[in-house]
Amino acid sequence: MIEWVGVIVQGTLLGGLYALFAAGLSLIFGVMRLVNIAHGDLIVLAAYLGLSTTMMLDVHPFVALIVVMPLMAGIGYALQRGVLNQTLGPDILPPLLVTFGLSVILQNALLEGYTADPQKLNGGAIETASLSAGGLAVGVLPLLTFVVAVAMIACLQWIFYKTSLGRGFRAVSDNQDIAQIMGLNKAHVFGLAMALALAVTAIAGILLGMRTSFDPAIGGGRLIFGFEAVIIGGLGSLWGTLAGGVILGVAQTIGAKIDPGWQLLAGHIAFLVVLAVRPNGLFPRVEH
Amino acid sequence: MSAILSIAGLRKSFDAVVVADDTTFDVTEGEALGVLGPNGAGKTSLFNLITGALRPDAGRIAFAGQDITTHSAAARCKEGIARSFQIPQPFGGMTVFENALVGATQGAGLHGREAEAHAVDVLEETGLMPKANTRAGALSLLERKRLELARAMAAKPKLLLLDEIAGGLTDAECVALIDTIKRIHAGGTTIIWIEHVLHALLVVVERVIVIDFGRQIAEGDPAQIMETPEVKEIYLGIDADA
Repeated sequence: MIEWVGVIVQGTLLGGLYALFAAGLSLIFGVMRLVNIAHGDLIVLAAYLGLSTTMMLDVHPFVALIVVMPLMAGIGYALQRGVLNQTLGPDILPPLLVTFGLSVILQNALLEGYTADPQKLNGGAIETASLSAGGLAVGVLPLLTFVVAVAMIACLQWIFYKTSLGRGFRAVSDNQDIAQIMGLNKAHVFGLAMALALAVTAIAGILLGMRTSFDPAIGGGRLIFGFEAVIIGGLGSLWGTLAGGVILGVAQTIGAKIDPGWQLLAGHIAFLVVLAVRPNGLFPRVEH
Repeated sequence: MSAILSIAGLRKSFDAVVVADDTTFDVTEGEALGVLGPNGAGKTSLFNLITGALRPDAGRIAFAGQDITTHSAAARCKEGIARSFQIPQPFGGMTVFENALVGATQGAGLHGREAEAHAVDVLEETGLMPKANTRAGALSLLERKRLELARAMAAKPKLLLLDEIAGGLTDAECVALIDTIKRIHAGGTTIIWIEHVLHALLVVVERVIVIDFGRQIAEGDPAQIMETPEVKEIYLGIDADA
């Protein structure tokens, strides 16, 4: 029994990481209806930027976030204004194609720059530290990841609903033309949304890199996990995205418990079941 | 008084459809100008050209002494041009208060409590305060029309463009709305108002221009303009020879 409780807890904590993968996707889809195929590769890029920073400055990966977060945010703003804004319009195909191309470019650039060898961020003692309570052992890093995920979602929720920036995001998302007439520069607002999304992605990338080894080719898998968490939770709902990540994480650990080969399959099955039963996800945003 | 808005030789066409044909007029600071014309005459397109939603094919638009022809819609809003839409288009997923706050922060450039206080002011002015926390998508038509006005006023415009704001309202609702618009005008805001509800328009505006097929066909004192044969024929559909 306690064994299964442990599985659920592990899955829930893993779900925190998936929610962090998904938060950026959810945010940019919510604001500008952009499906970013390169999102997984941007997570991996953040992990590599973390690797370079820790090696060059000889600091802990968490300290590297001070460099990687603003860097990723800057990349996000430049990417949005320089490339992605030009692809947005009534046709949904151009942004899909362009971000797919971006994904290929990123993977090859990382391969060129860092080789295909698996890398890992060295988190030191925190990687193996664990807490135990009532016969249940919980890793400190997964627990921290989950806490960070909840805090990030709460923070994004606050930005969206309580700040002028968030009102700008929601106004542009609601009606781009009217938002412009009301003084919002759409191109700039979209740039800020992508900057914020990639700042969150930086955290996801660093935590991923401390948890497992990574190489330039793993972005696609992270993208799928992120997508599944967003869809399970319901498009446009940030807390739903967290719930989606948790459901995906729990399904995967339960699958792995039954048979180690079933981890990914169990996650995908859970996703398909939710999609079949609730096509709009579990907590779709109430609109109009 | 100097001209706050100066439009010169403005041209715009969509293929064969001409919506602005050498449109030229000035609006004096503090004036209330009415715009008349049949449906499809180019009245709303004129507003789109002034706010920057449309780019003219030729001509120039100057506002407050500055050429704004190439300025973006967002920049023009910050410079002091705001409009209401004929078909109300609130940010439906946001509350009435948040709708006004967007205008106050983005358009008027206010921050924090100052922005909130101004948003409260415009909601009180337009009678929407009891609905402040209602989602804008759930408002009635009159409330939506008022929100159009409130959101535009929240941007602290020097020039307010009203697009058929009285259309579809009952007489009582219309009277209340006219009072609000009169107060706004008395507060020093310049107004250009497109309206088919003539009795509403004529109690506020001091001058009208009449456009048809993008051309200005008459301009002047409202009472006199309504009596000219061209206006009767084209606008009211009465044959001048009859």
